[in-house]
Amino acid sequence: MGNIKWDEFFITGDPLILGAQVSIALTMLGVLFGLTYLKKWKWIWREWITTVDHKRIGIMYIIAAILMFFRGGIDGLLMKAQTSRPEMGLLSSQHYNEIFTTHGVIMILFMAMPFLIGLMNVVIPLQIGARDVAFPQLNALSFWLFFSGAMLFNISFVIGGSPDAGWTSYFPLAGKEFSPSIANNYYAIALQIAGIGTLMTGINFIVTILKMRTKGMTLMRMPMFTWTALVTSGIIVAAFPIFTVALALMKFDRLFGTHFFTVSSGGSDMLWANLFWLWGHPEVYIVALPAFGIFSEVIATFSRKQLFGYKSMVYATVGIALLSMVVWVHHFYTMGSGPGVNSFFSLTTMLIAVPTGIKIFNWLFTMRKGRIKLSSAMLWALAFIPTFTIGGVTGVMLAMGAADFQYHNTLFLVAHFHYVLIPGVVFAVFAGLYYWWPKMFGHMLNERLGKWHFWLFNIGFNVTFMPMFFLGLNGAVRRSYTYSAESGFAPLFLLSAIGSVILAAGFAVFCYNIYWSIRYADRNISSDPWDARTLEWATASPVQHYNFAKLPEVKSFDAFWQMKKNNEGLTLKDSEIEEIHMPSNSGQPFMMCVIFGVVGFFLVFEWFIPAAIASVGIIVGLIYRSFDYNDGYHIPVEEISKTESTWRNEKGEVHKHVG
Amino acid sequence: MEKEVKRFPVSHVIGFLASLALTFIAAVIALKTSLSFKAIMWIIGSLAVIQAGLQLFMFMHMTEGEDGKTNIINIAYGVFVAVVVVVGSVWVLTSGHAAH
Repeated sequence: MGNIKWDEFFITGDPLILGAQVSIALTMLGVLFGLTYLKKWKWIWREWITTVDHKRIGIMYIIAAILMFFRGGIDGLLMKAQTSRPEMGLLSSQHYNEIFTTHGVIMILFMAMPFLIGLMNVVIPLQIGARDVAFPQLNALSFWLFFSGAMLFNISFVIGGSPDAGWTSYFPLAGKEFSPSIANNYYAIALQIAGIGTLMTGINFIVTILKMRTKGMTLMRMPMFTWTALVTSGIIVAAFPIFTVALALMKFDRLFGTHFFTVSSGGSDMLWANLFWLWGHPEVYIVALPAFGIFSEVIATFSRKQLFGYKSMVYATVGIALLSMVVWVHHFYTMGSGPGVNSFFSLTTMLIAVPTGIKIFNWLFTMRKGRIKLSSAMLWALAFIPTFTIGGVTGVMLAMGAADFQYHNTLFLVAHFHYVLIPGVVFAVFAGLYYWWPKMFGHMLNERLGKWHFWLFNIGFNVTFMPMFFLGLNGAVRRSYTYSAESGFAPLFLLSAIGSVILAAGFAVFCYNIYWSIRYADRNISSDPWDARTLEWATASPVQHYNFAKLPEVKSFDAFWQMKKNNEGLTLKDSEIEEIHMPSNSGQPFMMCVIFGVVGFFLVFEWFIPAAIASVGIIVGLIYRSFDYNDGYHIPVEEISKTESTWRNEKGEVHKHVG
Repeated sequence: MEKEVKRFPVSHVIGFLASLALTFIAAVIALKTSLSFKAIMWIIGSLAVIQAGLQLFMFMHMTEGEDGKTNIINIAYGVFVAVVVVVGSVWVLTSGHAAH
């Protein structure tokens, strides 16, 4: 156990981190005290921690994602504060390195992904008319492993030190030779644990969507969000194992002294970059495609029109998925693989703009002559199109291998991918949250606050990142903790920092909106408040745990819209109610979360004997699960009948639209 | 169902004979010829891939049943990803500056 000095165990000596340590301790005490005081321990264990209900798991994903958004956002604000003026002394170079690393990892892997997976969890089974995902307990395990990895990664900045080699963690910098402290072990191990969860989610959703669709829901009648979730799951299953292997090799290099990625002894540091982006580029589409699905739903609903070019949308999605596997080298043209390789990947990269362009035009044509309702959700979708197009166009600029040598490693690139990922993912999850919030909680988010949130966030976003294009073109490099006054960068950096404050204000309004709506929003709303088109709106809000008393029958695309139009399939007769078979809750996924967390923590500190002992727990968990014959339980007819009568009106019809 | 049981399994026999032939050809090429090592590896490697495909179609009923289409898409996608990862990585890491 000699790999870390005990006085380095807790990070000390920095007032910022001391403040964080104190606030973490106080928050944990507050949560423990609050749960005890309100006598909620049993409730939280029974209703949330052990749940296998896809909607609750989805909500937990979303809560975790919002917390991580806050954490990653604080990182971003610190960076913006540090670069707001030349030669600022707020952060040291080392601290800055740690902060841009954790900002990147957290925003992509612990914010964007769980946010989207959370929405997928809530919505997909409902959209295909199923009662849960194919493997409910596996779904819970996915969540808890993600959570385990996320928490392990997050404690790094107070215990042992944060990873500091960038979210890409390139070798040789990330290797033992140049980063001898244990900090980068956190990267390898936390992402590995979370990655297992993601892979299982991918498998789960493929099986769910292929096998559990209700009667009549053919593939080409599936809502667009379900389609993108299916394709995304396919990319997850293809791409995540590459990352798993790369991280395992990284772990061997760092923990056991192998030489897969080292410069000496026959290792290849470039192999890391290659494997990282073989996963990393598909990862971009893993987060972008479901977001496109959300926009498709929102735009169709609030234009009150069927999605334009549905088939071309499906083909474009599949095309993007295939192309996403063959563009990875555009992240490292400057590595110098020669003109042949760079030209090939320039071409494939420009090619991927074609299906993406098809999607943009389909959304525009969906809105054409539609009766557009400017709800908060629709505002995000509307703002997405022009801002994302800026991201896309600068992407085509970067796609040209020869030109990329000029842009590489500058803030132009940073501005580009923020213009892709913030409109492409963050706007989408906000749109999705405003849109599906009533489905999840039975009340809406406040529309007025929603508009404040939208405008502040949007203006802040553009003011923050637009100047970075020009800074980059002027030669400001990324990941540099400061710059000189003579560089002339100061005004644009300051403008960008001001933008980030507006952005943060937007996020604060969003948080306040959640608080306000939980306390004061009107609970007496229709189960279909947006007059929407897909099946998730055909049942109660919040959705009863068995989803549908009678599984809906689908006769066309936009199934619920047709059901409303033809007034069929909306009623429920008492004679139609049958017992429903549901899966039982299980505490095992949470146990696995704890055990994986402990094993991961020991491995980070390279304490191999405790890690080996703790990992016996994982094997015991696997064996226990193999002999677990719990087949679930049946909900009796009376209970269903009672639940249904609380939300259906007397004729057994869906409530009318309120607005 | 019964009809299928009674029918003479032509495809199985063909598959079996073809597999035998491919195995023997591989063995003969590897042990009895004086081709270069590289050539032998290429030839027997290709024969192995052909035989694997044969097995999938003739014996493992890949195309049959309600999931036939899904199976084919699965395997094609799997092969695509594997080829991209392996051939792509080798190509990228052995050309340009990386090749020295």
